[in-house]
Amino acid sequence: MNWIELNNLQTAPLAKVPLLSIETFRKDLLQAVTAGKRVVDFFADREADQALLYAVLADDHLSRLYMAAAVFDRENSYPSMTAEAPMLHLFEREVFEQYGIEPQGHPWLKPVRRGIAGISDMEVPYPFMRMKGEQLHEVGVGPVHAGVIEPGHFRFSCHGEQVYHLEIELGFQHRGVENLFIRNAEKPNYLLHLAESIAGDTVIGHGGAFVRACEALEGLMVSRQTRLIRTIALELERIGVHLGDLSALSGDVAYLTGNNVFGAMRTQIINTSMAICGSRFGRGLLTIGGVNYDISAALKSKIEATLDDIEEKVELAAEVLFSSSSASARFEKTGVISTSIARELGLVGPAARASGLAIDVRQDFPFGAYNQFPVHAITLNSGDVFARAYIRYIEIIQSIRIIREQLQNLDSGELKQISSAKLPPETLVVSLAEGWRGEISHIAITDIRGKIKRYRIKDPSYHNWIALALAVRNEGISDFPLCNKSFNLSYCGFDL
Amino acid sequence: MFELLKLRKKHGYQAVPNLRRAQLPEIFRGFPLLDEHQCANGCRACIDICPTSAIETDPLRLDMGRCTFCGDCARVCPSGAIHFSACNRLGATTREKLVIPSGMTSEEFQKSAITVRREILRLFGRSLKLRQVSAAGCNGCEMELNACGNVNFDMGRFGIDFVASPRHADGVVITGPVSRNMAPALRDTFLSIGEPRLVIAVGACAISGGVFAGSEQLNRTFFDTVPVDLYIPGCPTHPLTFINAVMDFIGRK
Repeated sequence: MNWIELNNLQTAPLAKVPLLSIETFRKDLLQAVTAGKRVVDFFADREADQALLYAVLADDHLSRLYMAAAVFDRENSYPSMTAEAPMLHLFEREVFEQYGIEPQGHPWLKPVRRGIAGISDMEVPYPFMRMKGEQLHEVGVGPVHAGVIEPGHFRFSCHGEQVYHLEIELGFQHRGVENLFIRNAEKPNYLLHLAESIAGDTVIGHGGAFVRACEALEGLMVSRQTRLIRTIALELERIGVHLGDLSALSGDVAYLTGNNVFGAMRTQIINTSMAICGSRFGRGLLTIGGVNYDISAALKSKIEATLDDIEEKVELAAEVLFSSSSASARFEKTGVISTSIARELGLVGPAARASGLAIDVRQDFPFGAYNQFPVHAITLNSGDVFARAYIRYIEIIQSIRIIREQLQNLDSGELKQISSAKLPPETLVVSLAEGWRGEISHIAITDIRGKIKRYRIKDPSYHNWIALALAVRNEGISDFPLCNKSFNLSYCGFDL
Repeated sequence: MFELLKLRKKHGYQAVPNLRRAQLPEIFRGFPLLDEHQCANGCRACIDICPTSAIETDPLRLDMGRCTFCGDCARVCPSGAIHFSACNRLGATTREKLVIPSGMTSEEFQKSAITVRREILRLFGRSLKLRQVSAAGCNGCEMELNACGNVNFDMGRFGIDFVASPRHADGVVITGPVSRNMAPALRDTFLSIGEPRLVIAVGACAISGGVFAGSEQLNRTFFDTVPVDLYIPGCPTHPLTFINAVMDFIGRK
């Protein structure tokens, strides 16, 4: 396999990416997936009269990324790889929808962002899978849901209370983010704020992936202080959302004490982000070349005191929650995703780790300060709602310890390097980050004048939505909110 | 049981006692204070850096309906002509009032920003139920609106709640820039609410499109025919900003 080998945030001249025939590309890719490599990204780009199909694979054990492209001159189809590598199912559908390159024989060539959302009057809506039988019925939910949440449509095929199949229809949130990146390629400051809004619950995750991609392309070295502060902000984001999820999971099983105490702890954490940068979600902290805010000695001790308080409370609250038999009865053995399914689908983040896959970008492809402070991926094996809840608790404790360590290392170093905003021509970079949902990937490719001509964004939800559909199979429909919350996936991160 | 009691004791009392008087820390970027006299001749630093074209000069003014409160303008300004105060009162009943001229203080803004209409007072003064529609919102404003009901802010104590069915609602709260794909669902939800019905636009995206303004994937025609009763800026809108604006709007003390 003569694919180009890359590291996270290592730039490469575009010319070094091997252009393969689709036959070789396909054979290499399938062989690699069989041998245990994971598809990080798979996307297309148009170049004059050609279409290029790119793939980025990861060997998580060797910490290496591999990239190659297949060229499509005249033909615009190829034999689908999904049957042999199910983790490609959504990527192939997306490339077909965006570039018209058809994966022939794809078992489920369903639209990605224009199934029922986004169709014009001239088009026929996507026909949902139908099950036939006298006592079967369908339940449709959304796009506007009962709570204050993002829109999406869920179609359940049920027998009584039991869910046989769930189809998830997204695309309602499509704002044309990747296009906005290209159209505004000359306004890096605008792009930063756009990146912060890819998913408003992952401001530091996506914003960080963007600024690091720019810094890598430009060859800008950020200060140690910057790396530490960014890491602290990313871990605070993780703790905040994980606490919110534990609160919501408690609420879903009508355990109101957990609902309230975890919720109040989340407020303490996001208010800590506010104390650092003026925004509860970390907006305005990041900038290309550094951070806008320092952490003073006074703020440092305040953060330490908050963390001590949270650690004590979260351990107590988790003990009460996870030893409660009524909560456990709902959590355990509900919505199980086995290790082999998780691997086949290429799941990422806490959902993958709760199903026994020891992958974590902070461990496998370290970025920023994680190069100095190794993080070990924590895994559980049961793959159920319990595991996805409990792993959040462990990761909260892990993140608290990481922040404490990083706070000790802060000094009064420089915060910002001046960015020249000049990018090298015909170069690409893959920027991976471990957001609280899992692996975020941003890929930037520049044109002959050093202008970004393709900006590819992948939210971890992209891999994980299908797992939710499989998790609810054969469960009661009343367990859906619980399963849904245990993944807590992003609609806008997916829809872009 | 013992552990539970211990937890309950540690949890303590978390509610913000007086939401109307609560102050946010100095570092929060709220109501912008502009001072044109500080501007150097021909300086365009703030205009050039603003991600949403919220600032104009001659005369200097800032449109809170577009502003993402990123603070970049204040950071690049060489003379300190722009400063974001920690004041969280940002809501207004007309779009024009969101455009802040040079020299306006937050007290002046608050005096005229929200007009209390008699019928609103009569109908919704004691209870207001709202249906929220996220129309391509990034989940920032959505999380803050959820936070309005948590143990800290607990706006339910004032009779203001989010409800599941539009049939139970007095109005719609819109977040997000309204994608083409959400335009029909937004309209349907709005039409399902019995009249008279309110429209509240929350966050830079709902008010102006925010960072997504100009994307071909938006469809904001909803706002061409349906007037907005209350605009609440922010990116995302802080719970205090939302609750205070709504309380002012329904004439609550």
